[in-house]
Amino acid sequence: MDFLRPGTWEEALAAKAEHPSAVPLAGGTDVMVEINFDHRRPEYLLDLNRIGDLYEWEVGERDVRLGASVPYTRIMENLRGPLPGLALAAHTVGSPQIRNRGSVGGNLGAASPAGDSHPALLAAGAEVEAESVRGTRLIPVERFYTGVKRNALEPDELIRAVRVRKADGPQQFAKVGTRNAMVIAVCAFGLALHPRARAVRTGIGSAAPTPLRARAAEEFLDAALAEGGFWDSGRDLPPSLVRQFGELAAGSCNPIDDVRGSARYRRHAVGVMARRTLGWAWDAYRGSERTTRCA
Amino acid sequence: MRVNCTVNGRPREADDVWEGESLLYVLRERLGLPGSKNACEQGECGSCTVRLDGELVCACLVAAGQAEGREVVTVEGLAELAAQRAPDAGAAGDQGRDGAQTAGLSPVQRAFVDAGAVQCGFCTPGLLVAADDLLARVPDPSDADIREALSGNLCRCTGYEKILDAVRLAAARAGETV
Ligand SMILES: Cc1cc2nc3c(=O)[nH]c(=O)nc-3n(C[C@H](O)[C@H](O)[C@H](O)COP(=O)(O)OP(=O)(O)OC[C@H]3O[C@@H](n4cnc5c(N)ncnc54)[C@H](O)[C@@H]3O)c2cc1C
Ligand code: FES
Ligand code: FES
Repeated sequence: MDFLRPGTWEEALAAKAEHPSAVPLAGGTDVMVEINFDHRRPEYLLDLNRIGDLYEWEVGERDVRLGASVPYTRIMENLRGPLPGLALAAHTVGSPQIRNRGSVGGNLGAASPAGDSHPALLAAGAEVEAESVRGTRLIPVERFYTGVKRNALEPDELIRAVRVRKADGPQQFAKVGTRNAMVIAVCAFGLALHPRARAVRTGIGSAAPTPLRARAAEEFLDAALAEGGFWDSGRDLPPSLVRQFGELAAGSCNPIDDVRGSARYRRHAVGVMARRTLGWAWDAYRGSERTTRCA
Repeated sequence: MRVNCTVNGRPREADDVWEGESLLYVLRERLGLPGSKNACEQGECGSCTVRLDGELVCACLVAAGQAEGREVVTVEGLAELAAQRAPDAGAAGDQGRDGAQTAGLSPVQRAFVDAGAVQCGFCTPGLLVAADDLLARVPDPSDADIREALSGNLCRCTGYEKILDAVRLAAARAGETV
C-alpha cells in the first residue's frame, strides 16, 4: 500500500489521474473501518487532510459552496441558517467524535443509501462539483447516486465541493433509529419548502437502493398547495392532504428487509415521517407568514 | 513509512508504520502509550478517543499518516494539559477525597475516582478525554450537554449515572476555584 499525501488540490487531482484506483481518504470514518476489518486493501490511499480548500465554505447569492471535507460539526455550528436541513441531518450523524471528522464529501463518496446528508441535499437542491485534471462538472445530486454504494464519479474524479441551494423556507429532517446517537438510519426523510418557487422537495434515505426524491408526493403537494391558494393564505393544511402526501411518499420507497428493519416497516415509517416533517415545516412557514403579514 | 507527530507535548517518531495503520495502533504498539483502548476499531465505542489538533476524534479511524505533523493528546497527557490550562492549580501531588495520594491526576480524572465512575476502567480513558473536552468548552454544562458530549462513548459496567456524577463534580469543583 502507498500513502499519497498531496499538499494542494492540483496535486490531488494529478495523483488521482495517475492512480485512478487510489482511495480518497477524508475523515476516514468509512474508509478506516473497512481497512481495520480487512474489507478493503487499496493499493493507494489518497489523503485529503492537507488540502485546506476542502475544509472551507462560501456562502454565495444562491448557493453555499461547501468544501468536500468540511466536518459535520462545522456545518452544525456555522451553516444552520442557510442550510437548516443539512445541519439537522449532520446533528444526527454518529457521535461528536464522528462528526468532528466525517464529511459530506465522504458521505457522497460512500453513497450509502443510509447516508444522512442525502435526504437533506435532495430536499434542498444541490449539485456535486466533481473535478479531474480534465475539468469540472456539476452533477445534480439526484443523478449522483447510481446504485447501492455507487456514485457517478469517474475513476479520475474527486469531489471538490457540494453546491447546496440556500434555504428560502423551512426545512426538516427526520430519522428512525433505536437511539439518538450512533445510529445508522432505519430510514430517514428530508423535506424543504421553497416558497419562492412555490415548491416542496423531499429526500428519502435508506428505503430504496439509492437515496431518492418522493416525486409523486412532491407533484401532488405542489398542485394541491397551488390550487388551494395555501402559499398565500398560509392556512392550515387539511389532514386528508397531509395523509395523501404521506401515502405517496411511502409509495416511492423500494425498501428491503434487513437487520435494522423490515421493508414494510420502512415504508410505513417513511409515510409517518413525511406527514410529520410537512406538519412541522408548514407550521414554521405559517408562523413566519403571519409575522410578515401582521408587520 | 515513518510518522512524526507531537504526542502529549513531546515530538515522537514511529518507524515501519504500515500505510493502512491507525493512529490508535501507533500510539499503543509503537509509542508505548496503551492508555487509549482498542475495543471496536469501528468508531462505535469511543474508548480510543484522543484529541487531534485539539479536536475530539476516534484514534482507530485516523490513519497514522494523517497524524503526520499534528498534535495528539491522549489520556496520558490530560494531567499535563490541565496543569497548563491552570498553572496555579498544579495537578501533581494533589490530595484526594480520603487523603489518598492521587498524584498526577487532572481534575476530571480526580472527579472520576471520587465519584466512583470507574469500574473495569476500559471505557475510562476515552470518557476522560471526552469529558475534559466538554469542560474546556462548556465550563458549566447542563445534563443534556453532558449526555450529548459523551454519546460517542460506551460503558458496559457503570450504567453511566456515576459517570454523569463525575462530570458534574468536576464542573462544580472548577466553578468553586474560579
Ligand atoms: C461509528 C460511526 C457512526 C456513523 N454514523 C453515521 C450516521 O449516523 N449517518 C451517516 O450518514 N453516516 C454515518 N457514519 C458513516 C460516515 O461517518 C459518513 O459516511 C461520513 O460522512 C464519511 O465521511 P468521511 O469524511 O469520514 O469519509 P471517508 O471515510 O474519508 O470516505 C468515505 C468515502 O468517500 C470517498 N471520498 C472521501 N472524500 C472524497 C472526495 N473529496 N472525492 C471523492 N471521494 C471521496 C472515500 O474514498 C470513501 O469511499 C458513521 C460511521 C461510523 C464509524
Ligand atoms: S476502538 Fe475506536 S471507537 Fe472503539
Ligand atoms: S467501567 Fe467498565 S466499561 Fe466502563
